[in-house]
Amino acid sequence: MPDSSPLLRVEHLRKVYSAAQGDIEAVGDLSFTMNRGELVCIVGPSGCGKTTLLKCVAGLLRPTSGLVEMDGSPVTGPSPAMAVVFQEYGRSLYPWLTVRGNVELPLRHKKLSRAVRDRIVADALEAVGLPQAARNHPWQLSGGMQQRVAIARAIAYQPEVLIMDEPFAAVDAQTRADLEDLVRTLHRTRGISTVFVTHDIDESVYLGQRVLILSNSPTRVREDLAIDLPAERDQLTTRALPRFTELRTHIYEHIRRARQGPAAAPQSTP
Amino acid sequence: MRRILLGGAGLLGFVAVWHLVPTLGLVGPEYLPYPAEVFAWLAQELRDLAFWRRLRLTMTSWAIGLAMATLAAVVLGTAVGTVPFLRRATHTTVEFLRPVPSVALIPLAVLMFGLQMRAALFIIVYAAFWQVFVQVIYGVADIDTVARDTARSFGLTRRERLRYLVLPTALPYLMTGLRLAAAVALILAVTAEMVIGNPGLGRSIELSRSAGDAVGVYGLVVVTGLLGLLVNAMFRFVERRSLAWHQSVRSEEAR
Amino acid sequence: MTAARRSPATRIAVNAAFALGLPVLIVVLWGLWSARSANRFLVGPLAVLDAFRRTWIGPAFADDVLPSLSRLALGLLASIVLGVAAGVVIGRLRRLRELLEPLLEFFRAIPPPVLIPVVMLLLGITGTTKVVIIVSGAIWPILLNTIDGVRSTDSVMTETADSFRIPRWQRLWSVVLPAASPRIMTGVRQAMSVALILMVISEMFASSSGLGYRIAYFQRNYLVAEMWSGILLLGLIGVALAVVFGLVERRVLRWYHGMREATHA
Repeated sequence: MPDSSPLLRVEHLRKVYSAAQGDIEAVGDLSFTMNRGELVCIVGPSGCGKTTLLKCVAGLLRPTSGLVEMDGSPVTGPSPAMAVVFQEYGRSLYPWLTVRGNVELPLRHKKLSRAVRDRIVADALEAVGLPQAARNHPWQLSGGMQQRVAIARAIAYQPEVLIMDEPFAAVDAQTRADLEDLVRTLHRTRGISTVFVTHDIDESVYLGQRVLILSNSPTRVREDLAIDLPAERDQLTTRALPRFTELRTHIYEHIRRARQGPAAAPQSTP
Repeated sequence: MRRILLGGAGLLGFVAVWHLVPTLGLVGPEYLPYPAEVFAWLAQELRDLAFWRRLRLTMTSWAIGLAMATLAAVVLGTAVGTVPFLRRATHTTVEFLRPVPSVALIPLAVLMFGLQMRAALFIIVYAAFWQVFVQVIYGVADIDTVARDTARSFGLTRRERLRYLVLPTALPYLMTGLRLAAAVALILAVTAEMVIGNPGLGRSIELSRSAGDAVGVYGLVVVTGLLGLLVNAMFRFVERRSLAWHQSVRSEEAR
Repeated sequence: MTAARRSPATRIAVNAAFALGLPVLIVVLWGLWSARSANRFLVGPLAVLDAFRRTWIGPAFADDVLPSLSRLALGLLASIVLGVAAGVVIGRLRRLRELLEPLLEFFRAIPPPVLIPVVMLLLGITGTTKVVIIVSGAIWPILLNTIDGVRSTDSVMTETADSFRIPRWQRLWSVVLPAASPRIMTGVRQAMSVALILMVISEMFASSSGLGYRIAYFQRNYLVAEMWSGILLLGLIGVALAVVFGLVERRVLRWYHGMREATHA
């Protein structure tokens, strides 16, 4: 039974950028909670501030107003309990380090013994299916493998919350399917609470236990949709389920409406 | 806007520190004159025809040297760049001659041409040549193979190919080479005058130095610095213009 | 005969022919021309080699060449250390960089040998003067390239370091410097040629020993063959420096070259 106290709480998050032409309200009034052990997906129309939201949650950006709370305490900067997987793996992994070096880097300041560190790194690489690539450099690997390395790095950090910012957007469809299954497996076997941002509606339904549908700018949560698909999911069968199609259509309609008009108040689930 | 203000503040701050050093006696004013003295000297020199003559002499060697080097480099560079046999045959020679510091040839130049501008020209041309030469070879090598095959299949004559294919591709490289060569040529023009003694700004610096005229030395340093900035800005402008329509990405560090 | 059908021995021979052909031709022509020419400035290659052996292989090596080279090395090392250290600081602090920018651009535009009289005025003619002269010219390309490399660190890279809370010192050493190293190496290469020029010129001026001094001395006394041999030696040093740098660069930037190849493939 998952712990029912919310792990992550976001309340009335607002982020305004001041640009030359005037202020841009990237995030309007955003509130949601995430419980321990959940896999929450966030979808929204392009340019709706998903990345800004993620960066505020991860502590990389200071919100203009509102609250981000992690395990009861406010998030004022990057937290040791959170790890991020960025979309641009080519620029997030350091090319002068090997795969092992990259996965190990965030651990080096954690004051662990060499043996413990090595074990964690080996374990992480094993979990993403890349134990043999330890001595390669990231640019020697394919895009999908590089993103696995980034995921390995994130889970080696042993966070409580894994934050993924459209991680598979730059990867081909076949590889994306494998990576989605990897995320689900990791979530199941390690129980890491995960926030997964994507623009791919199918992906969000396939992966998530809940899907937060965001509105257009200024962004707020249009709907908090529970995904009542079975916990055991599979690329072929799950995506063929009628319920899958219902859910994705529902989300698609929301997003289309969101693109056309101003944000509506959150509605109840269908 | 803030950048300009900060930059200006930096310059003023530097002048202030400069003024403080001899004031506080850290270095004697005969070794580090006050900025006011140097600027006064500059103002005076700018009214002196002799100064302008010397400047003209320096810039003349610079211009002639640069022109000769560019001409030679374009001709030889195009030849070597387009004919693979030549490129292979000259590779080791080029890689040996290029790193030779031009100033090492000064004694040779003096022996051959005496203590005159021609000796300086020899040095300037030698140094500037390599900058342009290497860039031209890169430029010629960068010709898109598809474009070249298209040109050939349409039966363009060699002359037409040169004009419509080679030249546009190589032009930005040439401009980069020119910019680098212009800077190098200026350095060597002044250096040659300092060492060889042919008339010009460099010679003035050396004369000021041996006469113990610190103000003159510093003043001329400011002049050559400004000259360097001017030459560089000019050629950067030309280079950027020629790049405006050309989207090739190339490294300016040709070594 | 296509390339595929050549035996390895033939290929080696062909490569050697290309590599040595033109140089050998030049030397032979040089020898013939000098033998027939009455120009006393044109000394034949054999005479130059002989003078080379006589002049530089012996006490002159320890008296002149070694000190020159050690000053060069010291000057370069100091330039690298100071240039990178200052470059990192200035590169990271935007206000500081904007403050110093015009100043640095100006100093970089000054032809390096022009600074020789300035350094001589400030320091006199001491042992360290020649090293300071080298630093005064060689530091600029390193400093400016380091600033450039540090300030343009990829934002995703720094964000990644932020998100994993990598501490400041480790970030500098493990992220910023490696990311900037291609730019820095470019600066070092430029600094090397400036350093060599300054070494030679400063010794022609402010010295009673050293390579530059010797070559000028030979020229003044019309010892033509010896002068040529000195030029040859300088050329060899220049080439040796370029080769050494190439090796070091290829090793340090192995990841960079590998990455470029992978993305261009």
